[in-house]
Amino acid sequence: MTDTTTTLAPTVEGRSLGQLAMMRFRRNKAAMAGCFALLLICIFSFAGPLVSPHTYDEVFPSYVSIPPSLTPRPDPQTLAEVAESTAKRARLTLESYEIENGVFTAKVTSTRPIDPRSVRYFDRVNEFKNTTVAETSPDQLSMTLTGSVNQQYFLFGTDSNGRDLLVRVMLGGQISIAVGLAASLVSLGIGVVYGATSGYIGGRVDNVMMRFVEIIYSLPFVFLVVVLVVFFGRSIVLIFAVIGAVQWLEMARIVRGQTLSLKRREFVGAAQALGLTDWQIIRRHIIPNTVGPVIVFVTVVVPQVILTESFLSFLGLGVQAPLASWGTLISEGTKNMQSAPWLLIFPAIFFVITLFALNFVGDGLRDALDPKDR
Amino acid sequence: MDRTEMTNVLAVRDLKVTFTTPDGDVQAVKGVSFDVKKGETLAIVGESGSGKSQTMMGIMGLLASNGRVEGSAFYGATDLAHAGLKELNEVRGSKITMIFQEPMTSLDPLYTIGKQIAEPLRYHRGMGKRQARERVLELLNLVGIPDPNRRIDSYPHELSGGQRQRVMIAMALANRPKLLIADEPTTALDVTVQAQILELLGRLKTEHGMSMLFITHDLGIVRKFADRVCVMTKGKIVETGPVEEIFERPQHDYTKKLLGSEPRGEPPAIDAEKPVIMQGDDIRVWFPIKSGFLRKTVDHVKAVDGIDLTLRAGQTLGVVGESGSGKTTLGLALARLISSKGRISFIGHDIDGFSYREMRPFRDRLQVVFQDPFGSLSPRMSVGEIIAEGLKVHERALSADERDARVCWALDEVGLDPQTRWRYPHEFSGGQRQRIAIARAMVLKPRFVMLDEPTSALDMTVQAQVVDLLRDLQKKHDLAYLFISHDLRVVKALANEIIVMRAGKVVEKGPAAEVFAAPKADYTTALMAAAFNLEAVEIGGIRQ
Repeated sequence: MTDTTTTLAPTVEGRSLGQLAMMRFRRNKAAMAGCFALLLICIFSFAGPLVSPHTYDEVFPSYVSIPPSLTPRPDPQTLAEVAESTAKRARLTLESYEIENGVFTAKVTSTRPIDPRSVRYFDRVNEFKNTTVAETSPDQLSMTLTGSVNQQYFLFGTDSNGRDLLVRVMLGGQISIAVGLAASLVSLGIGVVYGATSGYIGGRVDNVMMRFVEIIYSLPFVFLVVVLVVFFGRSIVLIFAVIGAVQWLEMARIVRGQTLSLKRREFVGAAQALGLTDWQIIRRHIIPNTVGPVIVFVTVVVPQVILTESFLSFLGLGVQAPLASWGTLISEGTKNMQSAPWLLIFPAIFFVITLFALNFVGDGLRDALDPKDR
Repeated sequence: MDRTEMTNVLAVRDLKVTFTTPDGDVQAVKGVSFDVKKGETLAIVGESGSGKSQTMMGIMGLLASNGRVEGSAFYGATDLAHAGLKELNEVRGSKITMIFQEPMTSLDPLYTIGKQIAEPLRYHRGMGKRQARERVLELLNLVGIPDPNRRIDSYPHELSGGQRQRVMIAMALANRPKLLIADEPTTALDVTVQAQILELLGRLKTEHGMSMLFITHDLGIVRKFADRVCVMTKGKIVETGPVEEIFERPQHDYTKKLLGSEPRGEPPAIDAEKPVIMQGDDIRVWFPIKSGFLRKTVDHVKAVDGIDLTLRAGQTLGVVGESGSGKTTLGLALARLISSKGRISFIGHDIDGFSYREMRPFRDRLQVVFQDPFGSLSPRMSVGEIIAEGLKVHERALSADERDARVCWALDEVGLDPQTRWRYPHEFSGGQRQRIAIARAMVLKPRFVMLDEPTSALDMTVQAQVVDLLRDLQKKHDLAYLFISHDLRVVKALANEIIVMRAGKVVEKGPAAEVFAAPKADYTTALMAAAFNLEAVEIGGIRQ
């Protein structure tokens, strides 16, 4: 290349490596699809519960373990039976039962005068609502009740406690994504600073710092969690912190390795010659240059954290009912795999899509942040 | 095929090499045609990025997976550019062989050299083990490896760079090729070793009646060594002809520019009146060798072993030596980037005992420019940020605007457009990056600059420009330079005093003019002969 001194066009801003990486990333279809999928899942998880008529801890005793379906509940055919059993529970006899346009009319009789408060029995089941007394016979021995059929959609079915799985998957998404991101950020923060410091300063400091990492590494993870939970009590914030506190070890090692090779680069020598302090060099020259492998590693850590969380929840140390994460939903689903497969299938689908998307995004980032510096 | 091609070993016609990258197709070679005649040495000369190596890789089917080749390259009746793998393998390694630039990486570290040389013999000739070993010994003798009976079972890391390159040559010669392609075979070697290798190649070529395709950026080698030369730039051959003709009567502008790119100019005159900037007495840098369980220090590697020097304002002290002679270590010690023993006095202060923190107030007047312009700039900072960094440390009182003005001044000083300060290092060529590195040093207005091989990684035409720039800056600001280089031509153009170093010790020192005109030490003589005339002088102790 010839070195013509001042012939660079009078351009304004140059393109930073970050911008170039962004351009390359945008061109990667799989990675963009992954990003899009992640976005959709986030919207589904965080905005979904606001739209849904049900809440995650709402129990529908009438609809325990019903399979997913696109048609609303209750099924009109079964309503007569439901009315019959409801009447029986109220110690009434069902004379006739009719349904028309989502409005039911039931005629009940009894040997004793009927208390108008008996309508409550009808409202109590999930199938009926707004039941009122339309007509009472003069002897109060028979009564005509009307009310509307309470139509509800359970697109993903319900679990064995009669809770809407759709909303629970949304909630699980919220918690899993939040745990994944928060714990990854904790591990990112601690790991990058720790690893860069250890690698850059080197010598005895490096030795001590890395031995410390190895000691923590050798402690059984579950034991560590149990100890922390016992000391600090059980809360979601603690789970973030605990998982992050374990994940940073690997991050620190990766960053340290990167730092060791960066330390020998001439621009670090040049920074030393300028008289920058150690911390300035770490912050301005080392950490920004480790960003490629670190970001890629984060995309691996996030699914790992989600899995770890589900493992903790399985042990009863993580998220507790009625809260749920994808991990707990899946472990619950496996128990009912034969009788109610949808309990496993739906959370698993979301989990898998998320992991795939994260992997594609990770691959895309790795390609885009190619360390060859072009 | 016409008749003349009968004497051609290789006929390349309109060869194109294209790489598919995520940022679009890049055509590295844009249609080159040349012939290699029987028994001749054809040199392809060009600067980095001219496509000279990719031409050869294209011919030999060694392109990276995203590369593709068009056109033709006939060896006899085989079109190598379109041959299948099987056909290609019949030719390469047997009829056409190659040696690469990096002797450090082109040998497999896990196998002994004997096994590696025997590989093409056994593959192409179907030789048995014993037969192959005999031939290997013969080859090692031929390429001048001392004590081949012992060396045949050595691993590559046990050999020096020059010896490894000899092994590569032995491997290439194993099957008595018709054509040897050498891609910068001596660039990574010291000058004295380079001269030996070139001599060896020349001898082997005549003995074996081979043709040679020699790819290089070094015009000195071309002139000494080649019969015909193709000048290549930007993926095209701009001029072809016999060596004398090209050197005497270059036609194309680029060729003229290339030939005129030898570093020129005179170093500053010696002036003993100027104030002393840097003085070193008995500087020693010993690295301990530790061994045993308790890591006791058993011995030292004496990288720099007792060197005295004095450097005055406006003067340049050249430090010359081969790789491993300790010249860079000396520079780092003077710049207090590694610890050393012995007194170092900088503008009247004894700085040798200073800690990194205590050194900080002096750093603005004591600057460093490194060799590799690609590694010395942080890739994630803009040029403006890189240059302003030192100001943030040393001149904190400056406002952002004042700092910006200083950055512009520094860029202007090194001949770059101040507008470029928003750009990032990867958008610049090697020479421009080196200018940025110089601007980073200059912005602090230093008194002393340690220049560690600042031109070695640059192309020739750029080298000359950087040398001119350095000289201009010195004149303007009365700078003291410590100029470290293995390239005697550049040193000659810049330094008025030189130190010749070998194994940490001074072999010869004195005014540059005197040393160049009449070297006293044998080692200096050998170094000069190798550097200026590419002649290998046999003196005791020059490394193989």
